[in-house]
This record gives sequence, C-alpha cells and structure tokens, in this order.
Amino acid sequence: MSENKMVKFIITRQDTPDSAPYEEEFELPYRPNMNVISALMEIRRNPVDAKGKGTTPITWEMNCLEEVCGACSMVINGKPRQSCSALVDQLEQPIRLAPMKTFPVVRDLQVDRSRMFDSLKKVKAWIPIDGTYDLGPGPRMPEKKRQWAYELSKCMTCGVCLEACPNVNSKSNFMGPAVFNQVRLFNAHPTGEMNKSERLNAFMEDGGLSGCGNSQNCVQSCPKGIPITTSIAAINRDATLQSFRNFFGSDND
Amino acid sequence: MAGNREFVYRRIHSLLGVIPIGIFVIQHLIVNHYATVGVESFNKAANFMGNLPFRYVLETVIIFLPILFHAIYGLYIAFTAKNNASRFGFFRNWMFLLQRITGVLTLIFITWHVWETRVAAALGTEVNFQMMHDILSSPFMFAFYTVGIISAIFHFANGLWSFLVTWGITVSPRSQVISTYVTLVIFLALSYVGVSTLLAFV
Repeated sequence: MSENKMVKFIITRQDTPDSAPYEEEFELPYRPNMNVISALMEIRRNPVDAKGKGTTPITWEMNCLEEVCGACSMVINGKPRQSCSALVDQLEQPIRLAPMKTFPVVRDLQVDRSRMFDSLKKVKAWIPIDGTYDLGPGPRMPEKKRQWAYELSKCMTCGVCLEACPNVNSKSNFMGPAVFNQVRLFNAHPTGEMNKSERLNAFMEDGGLSGCGNSQNCVQSCPKGIPITTSIAAINRDATLQSFRNFFGSDND
Repeated sequence: MAGNREFVYRRIHSLLGVIPIGIFVIQHLIVNHYATVGVESFNKAANFMGNLPFRYVLETVIIFLPILFHAIYGLYIAFTAKNNASRFGFFRNWMFLLQRITGVLTLIFITWHVWETRVAAALGTEVNFQMMHDILSSPFMFAFYTVGIISAIFHFANGLWSFLVTWGITVSPRSQVISTYVTLVIFLALSYVGVSTLLAFV
C-alpha cells in the first residue's frame, strides 16, 4: 500500500440540538477510493482525534450509499452535497464537514429535515387513488411524458436546494425550492392532474411559492440535475392562471 | 382560502414594479433627456409635464402610491433574505444580491430626489434647468445622482427579468437566458439616456 499517506478532516460537531458547535480534527490513513462516509466509518471504528485524544464517534445519517436517498447530505468544503458520492480523491484537504445549518441540528452532522416532508404534506404531493371500491385503471401516460416526468421524480428530498437558497432561513417560512418540483410532478401525472387546483391553491398560501426570489442557486446545486428553476417558472405560470380562475372564474376549479 | 396574502402582495409588488413604476421611469428618463437639446427644450418639457391635467391624481395613482407600496414591501423582501453570494457565487445569485442592494439605494435616492424637486416645487420653488444645474454642480451630488440613477435602472432592468419569471412568462432556461440579454441591453440603453442627461446639466 501507499506509504502512510494521511487524510485530514475538520468536522463541525454539536452534542445536543441546543449546545454550541465546535470543531474537531481527525487524521486517518488514506485508502484508495475512499469517500467521506467510509472515512466517517473509520473514525467511528476508532474515535480518536488528530492529537490522539479519545472522543465520541461522529453522528451522521446514511442509508442507500448510492446518492438516491438523500439522507447523508452535509456541507463538504462549503458545498452542500451527499457524503456517499463525495470521493476523497476529488476533495481539497483538509476536508471540512459541517451540518446543513438551514435545518435544526440533531447532533454533529445529523439534521432534522422534517420541514421538507411537512411541506410535501401541505401541498398534497401525492396521488390519491384510494376508494371504498376498485376505482379501476387510471388514464395512461404517454411514454414521452413519462420519460420527462422521470427526471422530476429524481428528487430525494435531500435538502441541498434549501441549504443553498438565500430565502430559506429563520426569518421566512418559505418551504423551499424542492416543493415547486414536486407540485409540478404530481400535477403532470394524468391521475394527479385531477387534484391540480388543490395543490396549487395550497402552494399559493403563505410560506408557499411566493417566497422564491429567483437567485437560482437551487438548480445549480441540485445533485440530481433536476430543472428546478424551470419547475418554479412553470408553477408560477400555473399559479397565475389559477389566481385568475379563482378571482374571475367559476367556483369549481 | 387561508392566508394567501403573501402571494397577493408579492404579485402586486412584482406588477407595480413594471406597471406603472417601470413605465414612469422610462418616461421620466426620456423626457429629461430634453436637457441634452438645450435649456429651452428642457424647461418646455418640464413645464408640459408639470401642468398635465389631473396632475395630482396622476402623481398619486401612478407614482406615489405604487412606489410607496413597492418600497415598503421591497424592504421587507430585501431584509428577509440571508445572502450567500460568497458561498454560492453563481451569476443569478449575484443578481439577486444586487437587486436588493440597488433597491435600497434607489429608495434612498428617490426619497432625496423627491424632497429636493417635488417637495421643493410644492413649497414654491420652480423646477427648471437652472435648479438641476445648481444641484448637480456639486461633485458629491453629481456622484449621488449617478449612483442613484444607475441603481434605479439596474433595479428596473433586472426586475423586469424576474417579473417575467414570477408571472410564468419565461419558463424555459433558454428564454430566461435570452431575457437576461434583453434586460442587459435595456439596462445599458437607459443608463446611456440617464447619464447623458446628467452630463447635460453641468
């Protein structure tokens, strides 16, 4: 193996949701192809900091380890991204890890992303198909549209776009960029379309779509390359038409 | 519907920025450009604008009330953002920050400008070429006016870009890129009109 090459980490830690954050440094032997998660696992195996002092293992979240679940998001060298796909070979050292501060910190690198799921509930980001009897098959979706919608469906609620957005902060109740995309996805579905106005009206309420300030950091930061700003403008158009229907139109759409 | 006040306010804010405020800004810059033709032309134009029928109604409905709403709600929007252009240095994020900075600068400028011209006029001073010449002969005021006018024009041009997104007119990335260029040209063209007018007064 390579002769004693070391990898250095500076990790922002926090013991409880309310305690003050502090930094700890770690040095571990380099292994080929290691990523941030394998390094964190190594530290967990032997929780000793760079000065040789024993410490507690670092807390972080992970699940799929292949960038589809979104759980392991953290701020790596200043950029929010998934730690499973952050390869040590491609990172500048020392590697700085910090939690995504836009969310409440639970402990160390683990944050509570509940607000994202609450937002999805508020805007009814699902397709209601339950009934008291068999509703039968829904309308078919054209293949071309399915392929397009698949790109939108890649959102894993990882929270990176909320961390990058200047309008998601403690001074505003803006739900964040990801929600635009979900509303667009479910409104585009042939069955989901039946509840289009409900989703739009819910998303037009306070904390909803009007919180966007068009900084477009979301589309630049999205790890899945989702066209979030296109979804934002498309939902803005739908909301414009919906508001006209609400004000001038009939009472049933 | 429970509480969509934010939506209504934001859309009104966006609309007012273009109609009538944006239209008024263009008109104001163009009419003042008479200063480059000569003292007489400017005074004639200023006199014409100042003696339009229903002047007070026009001023209140087209200028003062819309700007007041746009300014107050705009300050709220500007100060609820937590700017992060140093961490995320993307072009649009810088525009986002500049839009907020120029908005505040424009408000300071307009407040002073209205005090110095419109309020002065109400108190009996005549608004003419000589007045602007006296104001702008101070190098500090010339710099203040230049910054103020360029800020206002930037805020209008870039605001026009986000107006198009906010109302869902430019949806595709391509249309948003093209509207960036179009609004840039508007910024440059109006800046030329504004700055050449300022230079004509001194």
